[in-house]
Amino acid sequence: MLTDVFTLPQPDKEKQLRDELNALVSQHRQTCPPYARILDALGARGEAATLTELPWLPVRLFKTRKLVSVPEDQVIRVLTSSGTTGEVSRIHLDREAAAAQSRMLARTLATVLGSRRLPMLVVEGRGVVGDRRSYSARGAGALGLANFGRDHHWLLDADDRPDVEALRAFLDRHGHAPFLIFGFTFMVWTHLYEVAREHGLDLSQGILVHSGGWKKLADRAVDNAEFRRCFGVDTGLTRIHNFYGMVEQIGTVFLEGPEGGTLYCPDFADVIIRDPVTWQEAPVGTPGVIEVLSTLPTSYPGHVLLTEDLGVVHGIDDGHWPGKRVSVLGRLPRAEARGCSDTYPGGTS
Amino acid sequence: MELGRLKSVFHDSLEIPKETPVSDLEYRSSAQWDSLAHMSLVAAIEDEFGVMLDTDEVIDLSSFNRARQILEKHGVVLAD
Repeated sequence: MLTDVFTLPQPDKEKQLRDELNALVSQHRQTCPPYARILDALGARGEAATLTELPWLPVRLFKTRKLVSVPEDQVIRVLTSSGTTGEVSRIHLDREAAAAQSRMLARTLATVLGSRRLPMLVVEGRGVVGDRRSYSARGAGALGLANFGRDHHWLLDADDRPDVEALRAFLDRHGHAPFLIFGFTFMVWTHLYEVAREHGLDLSQGILVHSGGWKKLADRAVDNAEFRRCFGVDTGLTRIHNFYGMVEQIGTVFLEGPEGGTLYCPDFADVIIRDPVTWQEAPVGTPGVIEVLSTLPTSYPGHVLLTEDLGVVHGIDDGHWPGKRVSVLGRLPRAEARGCSDTYPGGTS
Repeated sequence: MELGRLKSVFHDSLEIPKETPVSDLEYRSSAQWDSLAHMSLVAAIEDEFGVMLDTDEVIDLSSFNRARQILEKHGVVLAD
């Protein structure tokens, strides 16, 4: 499979990212005074010799502070995400950062979708984009992916129920050649898989891109392997790509490879798993807190972030694409999340 | 072909009043041209000129002038 963003073996990537991220740390330090104060408080100075030494910010800082590195009049978009407690992250993009995030997301997904826009089935109702002044996270997700499709078909009716007849019509028209399916993992399972199985629908030409986590499916004992197995056996759908990403690093997604099972980091991003007690990098195979690194955040200091998610690195340079193979295991338990910000020592300690 | 056809597509799909000029329009510079409207605009351009845009071009289509240039790449030359 052709790709131009899953190319760098880990040692090459680490060298390249270290230099680019050191430069970003220094740029944000000069242009974002609150960020500079945080770095000073952490005692972070000088250049990091390795990726693990780069100073990180806890992702929740974007919920409590305004962190922006460009003049107000250059901000063209402010993205928001609602958190579990109702706090909202605010991410400021200038023209350059907004363009870069769209372009790099496109290049990442083109790896599995190709560059031609495919007929697209969205596992949502048209209503999620109904209120144009404030989209929900779900609406924003669907719209962000809409550029990759054409002849968009929204699966759910006005009552949020799958419209089986309309789905049949879509498949009659487009189901004989590759088509794109996008949705949040839980919605895809309950509204597409269960319906397709019940009605014996053929999804074998589909390419599914989905995200959102497995928590809601854990009750049904559905994990990634079971999800893939059931779709394959019951609907013929085998081209399935889960991804992990967040608004605080918009445009960067960690994408499940064609062989299925684990996520890969594009060339301009990486993941470090940290032990939640010592904050040292956890060895391969040992779960810990996910830190995400990306060169895309140029208008706000989101280039090195400690998330509130747990994950594990399964292997390095041993998979379908080079680099780390990663899984996301779920949210950090609440108490640990709080402990995490209390004891947060910074990346250089 | 006349540039007026592209102007009409912008007016119609973005629901911009006839008397408002569109030739300086940029993506997200007006409330009418947001990411939802962008999908309708792209579909309308494809229908009107019989072209099919790639993902890169959909993302790159950030102004009226870019739309004109992208159409030129597809062999659709619009005269003033």
